[in-house]
Amino acid sequence: MGRLRNSPPRYLLVAVVAVFLIGLPTVISSFQASEWAQALIFAIAIMGLNILVGYSGQLSLGHGAFMALGAYISAILVHRYKLDYLLTIPIAALATGVIGFLFGIPSLRLSALYLALATFALAVVTPTLIKRPAELTGGVQGILVLQPDPPATASDIFSAVTGTSMTSDQWIYYVSLLCLLLLFWLAWNLLRHRPGRAMRAIRDGEVAAAASGVNIAAYKTLAFGISAFYAGTAGSLYGLSTGFVSPDTFPVSLSIQLLVGAVIGGLASIPGPLLGAVVAYFLPIESNQWVPSQTWIPDQIASTLKNAGPAVSYGVLLILIMIFAPNGLVGLVRKGYDLLNRRLRGAGDREAGQLPQDPQTV
Amino acid sequence: MQEFAQQVVSGIAIGGIFASLALALVLIYNAMGLVNFAQGEMAMLATFVAFALINRGMSYWFAFPVTLVLAFVAGIAIQRLVIKPVERGPVLTLVIITLGLATLINGLAGFIFGYVPRSFPSPFSSDSIDLLGVFVSWRDLGVIAVSGLVLLAVYVLLQRTTVGLTMRAAAHHPEASRLLGVQVSWMLALGWGLASAVGTVSGIMVAPILLLEPNMMQSIIIYAFAAAVLGGIESPLGAVIGGILVGLTVNLAGAYLPGVGGDLQLAVGLAIIIAVLLLRPNGLFGRAATRRV
Repeated sequence: MGRLRNSPPRYLLVAVVAVFLIGLPTVISSFQASEWAQALIFAIAIMGLNILVGYSGQLSLGHGAFMALGAYISAILVHRYKLDYLLTIPIAALATGVIGFLFGIPSLRLSALYLALATFALAVVTPTLIKRPAELTGGVQGILVLQPDPPATASDIFSAVTGTSMTSDQWIYYVSLLCLLLLFWLAWNLLRHRPGRAMRAIRDGEVAAAASGVNIAAYKTLAFGISAFYAGTAGSLYGLSTGFVSPDTFPVSLSIQLLVGAVIGGLASIPGPLLGAVVAYFLPIESNQWVPSQTWIPDQIASTLKNAGPAVSYGVLLILIMIFAPNGLVGLVRKGYDLLNRRLRGAGDREAGQLPQDPQTV
Repeated sequence: MQEFAQQVVSGIAIGGIFASLALALVLIYNAMGLVNFAQGEMAMLATFVAFALINRGMSYWFAFPVTLVLAFVAGIAIQRLVIKPVERGPVLTLVIITLGLATLINGLAGFIFGYVPRSFPSPFSSDSIDLLGVFVSWRDLGVIAVSGLVLLAVYVLLQRTTVGLTMRAAAHHPEASRLLGVQVSWMLALGWGLASAVGTVSGIMVAPILLLEPNMMQSIIIYAFAAAVLGGIESPLGAVIGGILVGLTVNLAGAYLPGVGGDLQLAVGLAIIIAVLLLRPNGLFGRAATRRV
């Protein structure tokens, strides 16, 4: 009987996922690649939210606002100042990060509940705030973002593998993937070491953390800044992948979708955001494709289901996961793995004769 | 001057609507230290129920109390089904659950009633009367009267009846109340029912103004947050005064501040929330939280 002594090496799992994501656009269509690019972008934003909510315990319901900020900084730099789009991504990320850091300073005084309330209000007001400086933001129309053509080298490699030339959607996918890998690597390093431990200590007991010498204000604002940095990157990429930014690109439901992703994947875990993003992004899309294809659902119901479906399923998922599986998908996998491990270990030990066959005879 | 007075009256009327929803938030906050993000959506769904009842030929003044009773029962049911399993969980869990509830109810309303805005009847005529030289619409007066009556009823229930006393005791000292034989968990459920009914009043009052659709309460809940925070989130009286102040501010800012018309009024709500939280986190009537370490 085999025995899973330790978990499989982490780098192996990471390598499998990375190879899968790198190879994916070569087997799916260009349109599907653009969908997956958005899922990856969601994963980046959700990772940021996860650092803030899952690790440092500060609840933000307005992360869509930070995404909007990043997207608009990039779009305005490209549109008005004719900067190269790729160059604007780090600028937007850093600028959003700084603003997030500044936002974190007054938030220090707020309890988790008040912070949730203020950020929720921010998320609701964001679209109207964007509309106002109309010369800068393009008002209701928004700003068109020209999608860049892939550079020659990338295109050559891609056509050597697949035999077809690379579209800009596929190029954007790879840009997003590169950002995702870099930022997840950064998060992994950050969260498994001192800052991550400090943040979790603050989340689980501020007084105890302070007594152990954790600088609470510094780490809380740091978490806000990093989180906004991730959201800004995601926002900038989001504008690139949708081809335009407008106030309606960033409704409250975007912030809720991010939260749903963070909760489904599993708060305070590193693979969680990627899993959660894929589920939260594809759930409404897939259900929208599935519902009209079912002939037994009357047309009229199908059309309302299309509108209301995502909200209903998100709501049900949020409630069920928080009640029954607060650690999300990652938590469920881990639990299943532990259970399997215990089973196998028990069986192995019995075979090796370490446990008595029948305890009563001892 | 006369126009100003009219703006003040309609500000008070809209403030009464905010006050009802803010009071609902405060009731739940007092019961379990939680801001119910689904309060507005619960009110919206109940308003749709009232709409359906009136559409079936029920008279307005009969449909109104029937809806309140239904909302009360639904509030209790929600507390029993969704909130009770995580009652002792961290704030994060509870907030996410109420947010999930808000999303779910919003989707359900869209699914059942659709997204087309509907006009909701108002029992008050839109004519105006001359009150000391100020023309005031019956509608504003009616809204003020109904909100005032509801707030008074809640006050009497909480302060002058045994049930109210028990509810307050269960919220403030759950352990001691349990020892005295109070069924604390059911008192919390009662609090949810009461909050649900009070919030519904704001939904029914605002529907004739805003047109009834699933996202109707999305802006009202922001003003109600502002009102509750301004009043000090644990004070029922504060919620009422906060509601009226927010209503006045929003209405007057919309009328007299250049550039704050229409949708930017919502930003005034956000500004109030942020200003109060930064300058006076305990609001006007809240007590400073002291924590023993």
